[in-house]
Amino acid sequence: MTVRQFKVWRGDAAGGQLNDYKVEVNEGEVVLDVIHRLQATQEPDLACRWNCKAGKCGSCSMEINGMPRLGCMTRMSTFEEDETITVTPLRTFPVIRDLVTDVSFNYQKAQEMPAFAPPADVAPGEYRMQQIDVERSQEFRKCIECFLCQNTCHVVRDHDENKPAFSGPRLFIRAAELDMHPLDARHDRKEIAQQSQGLGYCNITKCCTEVCPEHIKITDNAIIPMKERVVDRRYDPLVVFGRKILRRDQLAATAPAGPTVHAGPVTVADGQAPVDFGRELTPPQPAEVNPSGHVNLNEMLSDRAAAASPFGDDITFPVNPNSLNYYHPER
Amino acid sequence: MINIEKHWYDVVVIGAGGAGLRAAIEARLAGKKVAIISKSLFGKAHTVMAEGGAAAAMGNVNPNDNWMVHFRDTMRGGKFLNNYRMAELHAKEAPERIWELETYGALFDRTKDGKISQRNFGGHEYPRLAHVGDRTGLELIRTLQQKIVSLQQEDKAQHGAYDARLRVFAECTITELLLDETGGQKRIAGAFGYHRESGEFVLFEAPAVVLATGGVGRSYKVTSNSWEYTGDGHALALRAGAKLINMEFLQFHPTGMVWPPSVRGILVTESVRGDGGILKNSEGKRFMFEYVPDVFRKQYAETPEEADRWYTDPDNNRRPPELLPRDEVARAINSEVKAGRGTKAGGVYLDIASRRPAAEILKKLPSMYHQFKELADVDITAQPMEVGPTCHYVMGGVEVDPDTASAGVLGLYAAGEVSGGMHGSNRLGGNSLSDLLVFGKRAGEYAASYTDTLAKRPKVNDKQVAVAVEEALTPLARDGGENPYTLQSDLQDVMGDLVGIIRRKGELQESLSRLSELRERIRKVGATGGRRYNPGWHLALDLRNMLVVSECTAKAALEREESRGGHTREDFPKMDSKWRQVNLVCALTPTGEVDLTHQPIPTMTPDLLALFDKSELAKYMTDKELS
Repeated sequence: MTVRQFKVWRGDAAGGQLNDYKVEVNEGEVVLDVIHRLQATQEPDLACRWNCKAGKCGSCSMEINGMPRLGCMTRMSTFEEDETITVTPLRTFPVIRDLVTDVSFNYQKAQEMPAFAPPADVAPGEYRMQQIDVERSQEFRKCIECFLCQNTCHVVRDHDENKPAFSGPRLFIRAAELDMHPLDARHDRKEIAQQSQGLGYCNITKCCTEVCPEHIKITDNAIIPMKERVVDRRYDPLVVFGRKILRRDQLAATAPAGPTVHAGPVTVADGQAPVDFGRELTPPQPAEVNPSGHVNLNEMLSDRAAAASPFGDDITFPVNPNSLNYYHPER
Repeated sequence: MINIEKHWYDVVVIGAGGAGLRAAIEARLAGKKVAIISKSLFGKAHTVMAEGGAAAAMGNVNPNDNWMVHFRDTMRGGKFLNNYRMAELHAKEAPERIWELETYGALFDRTKDGKISQRNFGGHEYPRLAHVGDRTGLELIRTLQQKIVSLQQEDKAQHGAYDARLRVFAECTITELLLDETGGQKRIAGAFGYHRESGEFVLFEAPAVVLATGGVGRSYKVTSNSWEYTGDGHALALRAGAKLINMEFLQFHPTGMVWPPSVRGILVTESVRGDGGILKNSEGKRFMFEYVPDVFRKQYAETPEEADRWYTDPDNNRRPPELLPRDEVARAINSEVKAGRGTKAGGVYLDIASRRPAAEILKKLPSMYHQFKELADVDITAQPMEVGPTCHYVMGGVEVDPDTASAGVLGLYAAGEVSGGMHGSNRLGGNSLSDLLVFGKRAGEYAASYTDTLAKRPKVNDKQVAVAVEEALTPLARDGGENPYTLQSDLQDVMGDLVGIIRRKGELQESLSRLSELRERIRKVGATGGRRYNPGWHLALDLRNMLVVSECTAKAALEREESRGGHTREDFPKMDSKWRQVNLVCALTPTGEVDLTHQPIPTMTPDLLALFDKSELAKYMTDKELS
């Protein structure tokens, strides 16, 4: 048994601070054990979620030395003897108290995800699937909903403004799982992921895969296959550009899968702008040039980091839906 | 002035594990407005811990299987103390409940011809457990959770809001059931509790309540159960005037992890043994052959050679003794450790590494491998595990009507682990997941139809609410009250040391006097801090539930002078046919003391009795019953 130095964030929505604690640690313990000892001996009202303490329920998500981890699966032996261990709540979600955050974002996104559609003509008990076909979806069904992937995803981690349009990795694997389900009767899972879940925001940094305690290959097995096939089907500006420069658009047209967004009759709610397919589109923007007519080579001189947006630098995302020729059928 | 949030529902389901969610789905499908109350976040329920599978006689792997064989196995496992009607309904309806899950989107492992695969498990004559690797419970919870979301989506389309007819109250604890006693008859009128996040009080007005709160394992130190398992449903039922039966029967899972200490109690699924794992003592001896009881001798192999042939040729060989019912295995391990042949940490070795190739272990037991690797840095494909008995499941619970799941108080229903009778004195592995589906559905269905019979809704009594508010606030108001964590730890010591797996008269008597001391101390429990997400306060409120349930267990364990299933008395080591005819029933006296009575168990119908050999029945029944 040794005494170790801990810093634990305490506070609530109004603010808080890191408190210093000295806590006993026994051989073979995990961080959650130490939090429990803190509660039992020093801070009875220290708020922390936990349930199974076996890495199966995904409740005790926290940030340990800045890394999103499960408290029950972080062994004390993985730290240096004299290392101070800092425990803070998940950063992406609003703090309720101490280590407990409001994760309702994830449940809202799950509610918006169209449910499994059972095949109409197969009776219960008559479902037949091959093991090899169910295994792909089974990988994603291992998810314990710890929301560490949601927490670490930089699209929403410090960008609350992206939350309405972005469902996050947890829901992308759900979409992939349903897409790969051998008997799901819906066949537009990829389009839904792209159009209403914000799959396009993901730029494949694989942070989600890295923190997944279940070692689900979120990026490789779910997001990338979903994106690839989405690109196949969708009217993607990069694909258009590629077609133009490679003169693919002059080849014999193979019936392209049209954009599904405008399919079906569009009803326009009162007080909303009517759909105008003849509306002038935002013109493509030329690259930003300096007074001498050249592209800035030094980004220090530019007013923004990195390359110009292919959509035009004056467009901010998410775009205002009123300026689009699209009405979400469910809104 | 205390602010209380009020809600109006037809059916309130307390507990969001398998039984609760299944009940809620059924009540919602019956057109009712339903609330689901969960102490944790939605989808974190203890059901996720179930690894092995859900038992249902679908006959996908062995076509000889049918409900009658399943019924027989269940009764044998429970040592014929089961409520026969529950066991019958369970065996008959389990396959439908499993198939139904597939229509909700569940993805079970498959057989070659594409059906749901079924695996062997202790006590089941045929491969019977529908499974998904070793995370079947998680699949079940997720499936039911997603079905609830899909129903909410239907409601949104129809009524404009996801929670128009089915709402989940996550992180909400019920502390008291409210009764309408006008006209001299007790009826459920609602439930009172608090939001864990804010500490604000909440009142549900509802004529029907389904208890699906799970078990009581948190009263034990070495347990596989989560903090939620504080016996809330058991205690709520008692205080509402319902009765508990069979509380002396606790299942100690034979193989929980004993090393390292931080993961003490975590289960190693029985499928490790079903897939070839064997138990060895510290001398390296495979000891289970010496512990096959007479009643099972016919079904179990006598030599390691025969046992090893069984894995590939089950029709011509008998099963390995490692697959005996759980209580037998737990007792065997306990005896080995007591005889000084255990490991340093007080367990025995469970070895699959030397018996199966690493790739096969990885394929068959992926989360087991993962769990040991991550939590303990142990590689189960390379070295044996150290295991020992762990408090796992309570067979006893609320006495219910087998067909309707009604708990004997109008409007009160119970399903899943919180109900009693189905498993008798011992539960077979895999029977809990099917139990909670079968009786969860029934509870939801009958709770819904009960509300249809009411001419007018029962009224919540404001005085009861005021008492419940005061009760909840007292620990916070008390200066210098006792630390709830210390009290919990002391309670766990009493139960673990004196009412554990092997019981003795003297120790049980001592436990009762120590529990009554604890009762006084728990009356004076205090909590510091405020009402917002304060775990110390939450524990202080849970303690009285844990205590009353522990008292029931200790009293019933002292009373039952025999050994049967999950109840082992060192001073009465034999099963006694006379005790088989008796259920021990706990109720609360008006002053809140536990009152224990004897009650005859229901007599099995002749058609079900005919499913057994007379010679088998003779092991369990008195001569008078047999004639």
